[in-house]
Amino acid sequence: MPAITFKDLTLGYDRHPAVHHLDAVISSGSLTAVVGPNGAGKSTLLKGMVGALAPLEGSITHARDRIAYLPQQAEIDRTFPLPVRDLVAMGLWAEIGAFGRLRPAHADRIAAALSAVGLTGFERRSIAALSGGQMQRVLFARLLLQEADVNLLDEPFTAIDAKTAADLMQIVHRWHGDGRTVVAVLHDLDAVRAHFPETLVIARELVAHGPTEQVLTAENLFRARQMCEAFDENAAVCLPETRGAA
Amino acid sequence: MIDALIAPFVDFAFMRRALLGCIAISVGAVPVGVFLMLRRMSLTGDAMAHAILPGAAVGFLVSGLSLGAMTIGGLVAGMAVALLSGFVTRVTALKEDASMAAFYLISLAAGVMIVSTQGSNVDLLHVLFGTVLALNNDALILLCSITTITWFTLAVLFRPLILECADPQFLRSVSTLSAVTHFAFLALVVLNLVAGFQALGTLMSVGLMILPAAAARFWATGIGGMVGVAIVAAIVSSATGLLLSYHYSLPSGPAIILVAGAIYAASVVFGRHGSLMARYLPRPHLAS
Repeated sequence: MPAITFKDLTLGYDRHPAVHHLDAVISSGSLTAVVGPNGAGKSTLLKGMVGALAPLEGSITHARDRIAYLPQQAEIDRTFPLPVRDLVAMGLWAEIGAFGRLRPAHADRIAAALSAVGLTGFERRSIAALSGGQMQRVLFARLLLQEADVNLLDEPFTAIDAKTAADLMQIVHRWHGDGRTVVAVLHDLDAVRAHFPETLVIARELVAHGPTEQVLTAENLFRARQMCEAFDENAAVCLPETRGAA
Repeated sequence: MIDALIAPFVDFAFMRRALLGCIAISVGAVPVGVFLMLRRMSLTGDAMAHAILPGAAVGFLVSGLSLGAMTIGGLVAGMAVALLSGFVTRVTALKEDASMAAFYLISLAAGVMIVSTQGSNVDLLHVLFGTVLALNNDALILLCSITTITWFTLAVLFRPLILECADPQFLRSVSTLSAVTHFAFLALVVLNLVAGFQALGTLMSVGLMILPAAAARFWATGIGGMVGVAIVAAIVSSATGLLLSYHYSLPSGPAIILVAGAIYAASVVFGRHGSLMARYLPRPHLAS
């Protein structure tokens, strides 16, 4: 069953495509890595999936609604005086909304989420006082509470120490075990091979998609790198009949 | 001594009214100011005050020194600028500071244009500097109503507003309240500035909104604490400023704001968190 379907999807900025005519299906419950060189459109694809960016062409269809998203550079104002617990608690938004009360059961789940990411005792610490890795753990704790059907992670382990990355990877496996769909942008190909059964290689256009051991080949990666280096300020309008000629 | 502090308020109704008006503004405008500061929009208050001025001036031109007309004029101009700049910020690539600046400048120029082509030699000084010593019942009721509306709105929108400030991307991903919250907050800024200009004038009223909030940043680390400290600072500024203006025949609006400024300056130097003293006379660091 497909969780997310990209149909002739083009996403971009200022008319320049970052993801170009992509057709792919992410199946429900899959654990998929998105791989590609810098500028391949990986983050753009996630932004499109979460609805932060409208397609220039084509469509993205979701089977279910509840999507949680961990952006590459969260637009969090780290100087805002917000305790860790309050930020994590916002993962319960779908249940408590803007006005609902936090019940004791919620408090227990918040404590459990903080414990799962190894931040017990940090409840009252301000987010301004956290290190980069600790902040990433906080955001993971919030994702845990969201209990979304689809979790989108954009380079979740960048600038994270090995122990933390391993801890967070355990959470990803737990989601997978629960039958949730996980799509993660990653650069660490060893981690992809070790943990992700499916891989989507893109370089603005689709390079390959399927079981990781078949897709993550030297040939595909080389092709991806070559495809990714064209940006023409004065590019012509992309028309169906000229597609593929360039 | 006690006499000098209490007697003016006991003896004169206009002083009591002024104090009540200032307390209402302090309680209403200060939490708005704290959020403005935390959103790095402190200067937005000033821009908004400039945007309100032409509206109030037009109201004055149409119906003279009428509270209703000037309030409505100020509200219309302020809300128009808030809505248009909020819309441009959310829909286009322009950031909030730039879109706000653009629209308040347009509003200000339009106001100046209207006032000068009318050729009327209107005395807008009281719009600029307020009439805190001449607040009538209507004005006091307006001030207290705006304060009540402010606290009610903040109570209802507290959670989304915190997220809209701290993590707008997340709020947009889980809720459709992001836009509502943003515009409601801008509306509160306008409302409180309109309240403020009754008493302190459009430009001075920004002072009571921002200075106590900026001072409170040095004393408290949480939002609740900041709002509490800032409200106390604003009320102390109001009472002290009114007394100074009474005893030394000073204009009351600037006197209030200058006291608030003095509290701010003291906080910059002596505050508990991130002040000059904390930086240059650090206490011993902790074990963990």
